[in-house]
Amino acid sequence: MTQLALVIDLNVCVGCHACVTSCKQWNTSGLAGPMVDQNAYGEDPTGTFFNRVQSFEIGTYPQTETVHFPKSCLHCEEPPCVPVCPTGASYKREQDGIVLVDYDKCIGCAYCSWACPYGAREMDAQQRVMKKCTLCVDRIYDEALPEDERKPACVMSCPTSARLFGDVHDENSDVSKAIRERAGYQLMPEWGTKPANHYLPRRKTEITIHPDELERADNPLSKEERKQHNAPSTGPSLDDMTSW
Amino acid sequence: MHPPFSMVFLTTLIGAGQGLFLALFTGQIFSQFKLLQAHDSQFFVVGTAISIILLCLGLFSAFFHLGRPERAWRSAARWKTSWLSREIIALPTALGAVALYGLAHFLGYTEPLMITAGGTQIDLTILLGLLATITVYILFICTGMIYAGIKFLQEWHTPLTVINYTLLGTASGFTIATALAAYFATNESSLVPFYATWAIIFTLLALITRSASLIRNRFFIKPKSDMRSAIGINHKNIKQIAQGSMGGSFNTREYFHGKSEGFVNAMKIVFLVMVFAIPLVLLVFAFNLSGLIIPLVAVAVQYFGLMVERWVFFADANHPQNLYYQQIS
Repeated sequence: MTQLALVIDLNVCVGCHACVTSCKQWNTSGLAGPMVDQNAYGEDPTGTFFNRVQSFEIGTYPQTETVHFPKSCLHCEEPPCVPVCPTGASYKREQDGIVLVDYDKCIGCAYCSWACPYGAREMDAQQRVMKKCTLCVDRIYDEALPEDERKPACVMSCPTSARLFGDVHDENSDVSKAIRERAGYQLMPEWGTKPANHYLPRRKTEITIHPDELERADNPLSKEERKQHNAPSTGPSLDDMTSW
Repeated sequence: MHPPFSMVFLTTLIGAGQGLFLALFTGQIFSQFKLLQAHDSQFFVVGTAISIILLCLGLFSAFFHLGRPERAWRSAARWKTSWLSREIIALPTALGAVALYGLAHFLGYTEPLMITAGGTQIDLTILLGLLATITVYILFICTGMIYAGIKFLQEWHTPLTVINYTLLGTASGFTIATALAAYFATNESSLVPFYATWAIIFTLLALITRSASLIRNRFFIKPKSDMRSAIGINHKNIKQIAQGSMGGSFNTREYFHGKSEGFVNAMKIVFLVMVFAIPLVLLVFAFNLSGLIIPLVAVAVQYFGLMVERWVFFADANHPQNLYYQQIS
């Protein structure tokens, strides 16, 4: 069975919000739109977003690190938002595991959002139905698009390739490899929702270099170098000479 | 959670309506078994009418909770999995059953259909009353389970939620029945002591269970999720510096009540006084003092107290999604 999902690499996300704006642009004008904004230029702007980038400061100053954290629907394998829906508007697709809302059936009771621990669902203030990330279901199967563009808009736009898209049930997919090899994890695993989206943790890239790795002990040049030590007052002592 | 007023009205109104019906039927059963003097049939007709009005008002206010009320009929579809769907079926069913019970009294279908060995007469109103009692309890369970069924809201995810909805609704219904009995009381016979006794009993029971849930939520809940599991970074010092929008969002409006902790705590005292203390004192007075005013004041104070209680019920619940919305920027 296929389970499409995103894998988000927190190590390379720079918090540029390109995924947020491209998501909004694609979806507000597409199948899942509109994603209405209110007071867009006013004092208290608000609007519907399927994807938001949040920022967190980890540690105590000056030992702090800023983590940019993109958050969208995680397309859980055990989605708690689906069984609570009274109308069946909220559903999980059998064929690819995408969790969707049927806007024509939704009564806007918000009960599904109460049942989502991640706050991934947002009620559209104008259309008055519940909206959420569709994993760009209207892009990824669109045969009018070139094959390498059949990906969610956020994945296409990410300048640092922090977002990977694929089937997490296929062991050989890029996303499965990334999860396996780079310690991919799920959010709030304690609730048993089994999110399909995974996050890749921050990594420190460090190598340890010993001084003798910079200067080979058997480097033939070292002999010449030693000769330089023979210059007056900088040369080796008598003891050093005897050890030659 | 941000307390939605439509839900505050819905749950308090239907609770009182259900409780009132239970009170009427309890009275009828006691009369039927000759443990209590006979009721005036007008008492049941008027009482059921009030119960139906309360249930209808509750149903009406529920529509204000919906973004798309015109599609409300769709919500009966998923009764196999959704408690909300079950409630939407149970509420009109209970309403209908209570209406049938009232109609049977109104039309005077009190000819005994059968007589038990002990000489107790069973008539159509008793049978319809039993049916309505079952539907009323199903409705209490459905209403409570809507909240108790969400495991993420640990303050609600307890059997106490269902018990409190049932007992608070029953208590307020019996208080209304006391006022109704005072209205129908004559110099020779009064049913006020009977209903007041049961109102006091249910109010005291509700006081115990509601206090238990207050204590549980205050002292015994350990939040399952924290910042570490929310973003998956194992560090004890995580501070949000941006939540992805400069204004608010659905997530900030729906899940934060926006009042201080002190205000919520003050409201807890207010509802404890208004739902329990004042009505209990007034109900005790109602035993000895005739007149309609004391039980009516008890009804009003308890109902407004229950609205505060419901407000606190929502405000007290802390949704794990709030972890992602600690700081605007």
